[in-house]
Amino acid sequence: MITFIIRRLITMVFLLVVVSMITFGIFFLIPRLAGQNAYELAAQYVGRNPTRSAILQMEAKLGLNDPLVVQYWRFLKGIVVGAHYNDGPSQTYCPPPCFGYSFRSQQPVWPQMMAALPVTVSLAIGAAILWVVGGVAIGVLSALRRGSIFDRFTMAVALAGVSLPIFFTGLISLELFSYKWPLFPNVQWVPLTTNPALWARNLVLPWITLAFLYAALYARLTRAGMLETMNEDFIRTARAKGLPERKVVFRHGLRAALTPILTIFGMDLGLLLGGAVLTESTFSLPGLGQFTILAIQNQDFPEIMGVVMLAAFFIVVANMLVDILYAVVDPRVRIT
Amino acid sequence: MAMLEVRDLRVQFKTDDGLVRAVDGLSFDVERGRTLGIVGESGSGKSVTSLAIMGLHRGKGTDISGQVRLDGEDLVSASADRVRHLRGSKMAMIFQDPLTALHPFYSVGVQIMEAYRVHNNVSKQVARKRAIDLLARVGIPQPAVRVDDYPHQFSGGMRQRAMIAMALCCDPELLIADEPTTALDVTVQAQILDLIVDLQAEFGSAVIIITHDLGVVAEVADDVLVMYAGRAAEKGSADDVFRRPMHPYAWGLLGSMPRLDVARVDRLRPIPGTPPSLINVPPGCPFHPRCTYPAQVGGDKCRTEIPLLLDTGMGHQAACHLSVRQRQEIWAQLAPEPSEPGTAIPADIVPATTPEPGEPSEVEA
Repeated sequence: MITFIIRRLITMVFLLVVVSMITFGIFFLIPRLAGQNAYELAAQYVGRNPTRSAILQMEAKLGLNDPLVVQYWRFLKGIVVGAHYNDGPSQTYCPPPCFGYSFRSQQPVWPQMMAALPVTVSLAIGAAILWVVGGVAIGVLSALRRGSIFDRFTMAVALAGVSLPIFFTGLISLELFSYKWPLFPNVQWVPLTTNPALWARNLVLPWITLAFLYAALYARLTRAGMLETMNEDFIRTARAKGLPERKVVFRHGLRAALTPILTIFGMDLGLLLGGAVLTESTFSLPGLGQFTILAIQNQDFPEIMGVVMLAAFFIVVANMLVDILYAVVDPRVRIT
Repeated sequence: MAMLEVRDLRVQFKTDDGLVRAVDGLSFDVERGRTLGIVGESGSGKSVTSLAIMGLHRGKGTDISGQVRLDGEDLVSASADRVRHLRGSKMAMIFQDPLTALHPFYSVGVQIMEAYRVHNNVSKQVARKRAIDLLARVGIPQPAVRVDDYPHQFSGGMRQRAMIAMALCCDPELLIADEPTTALDVTVQAQILDLIVDLQAEFGSAVIIITHDLGVVAEVADDVLVMYAGRAAEKGSADDVFRRPMHPYAWGLLGSMPRLDVARVDRLRPIPGTPPSLINVPPGCPFHPRCTYPAQVGGDKCRTEIPLLLDTGMGHQAACHLSVRQRQEIWAQLAPEPSEPGTAIPADIVPATTPEPGEPSEVEA
């Protein structure tokens, strides 16, 4: 187990380095190949109506004239140990993990991402709880009452759930429950530490909207998994033992059906933590998704690179946790 | 009163293609301490019968009628909950493939403990002790260690032993083994059969062994029920059915089985055709399309009239329109050798019964 984790950690670092190479290549190598020079790049850091001396100063400060390999090395080093920038007479220190400075705000990227992260985490975790509980419960009931009205109805709703985009269901829910019947008026981000009650109240609609999509998916997956496992021989054995049906379904059926869903759940959560772009935009939540959209709109390379790295990090970590958890859940899986 | 009395059992499934008559008017008894072997091809209703006895066929689309009396108590009309309480305690079942029949995520010990604790209000420690004792009893080495192993860590034979331990945990009075050796290696098959025979002698329970392997029946069964298309074709003591089979289908089964006690004079004779669909069972005798003898019965009797299960002497019953005398004559010609006592029983699955040199044999060329 320990060797497995160590090996996976090494793989994880390697993977993230590859991701950083690719993103760095996209944003710094390709423009240069296309003819952009260091001066033009530096101009983007300085802001609107820059003076020539300011641009040259920025070029020197960020070392944009250095070979790309050196710049890439500086980028990696910045993430690990932080970076020092020669700012003429004084020095600026960007503490680790340093993802450089935003074009837009001239602020370091990392603290900005950390400010946005709690929003995304609040949204993703809350929605995840809702969709796992709701989706699995509906899936199990549907499978046990296959062909019933309940089954047909929930599966039709689930089909709608996976088909309807979030900006549609989100806007409908806002219209209905925030404006027409103001159960949740004035939806906006309130940090948990500021006002827990308001935090939760304002997140109810985003949670439900996001969870609806995933719950629909999970209900269908759970239903299919349950239908399959309830036909397994070991279910017949469980019944032959004289176990009550409740135990047959939950202890024997669901236990086996949930294992593959665990994998998907880990990946979904990892993906969402990198930013729930549509939900955050629809409900104006200042999370990583919003951050990403703004970064792209402003062509803010350092921000884009930072958020790509962070999202990749979440996915890689989720992947590893799922693998470890799988070995815990399924005794046949031996991780070495 | 027999331990298990099945009377006119009918099991029907409604499917999109039509009504499947999986079991159609089956009756038999199993006494305490006796073993009944139910034989027949795939789809003859053997497994459905066993599942119906266990009450594992209840569900929509399934129609069960007749009576299954366990120790005098009818299970067909009993409540689902009552049957559940009897399942695992008074009657238990072991299945064909022990790998898929055991839950992959729980250790063998936990699964046995679970079976024990459903019917006995005991602590986990007591149940665990019981599980270890049972594993020891069925011949698992180091049971105190192996009790925590998962099914995939057991070999095929050990898994089936664990299944048997689980079935025996509440001292059932009826044990149903559905193809218990089919998924196992030949050498392991013999061990498992020996184990079942031993345990039956020890516990004195009634045992039903369902199989398509006549060798298994010959080894362990006291009585034999030959099923065809959901009905009893022939029924009697194992000796009678093997030495004096009274149904053309039984002749076919015996003729299609390799034998080690008889010199091979010609090829094995498979039964022509395939088992009938249980949705459209042939009218009259269900076996008539594959039978060689309708002409000897004469007329359209085999095609129009369902033969009754009639006594042919000393409790040996068969459902055939041929007269008993005709059948005796036909079998006398078909039998690989004159039906002398002790010689016409089919070879065991273990090649122990090679022909003895001094023994007279007419077919030896």
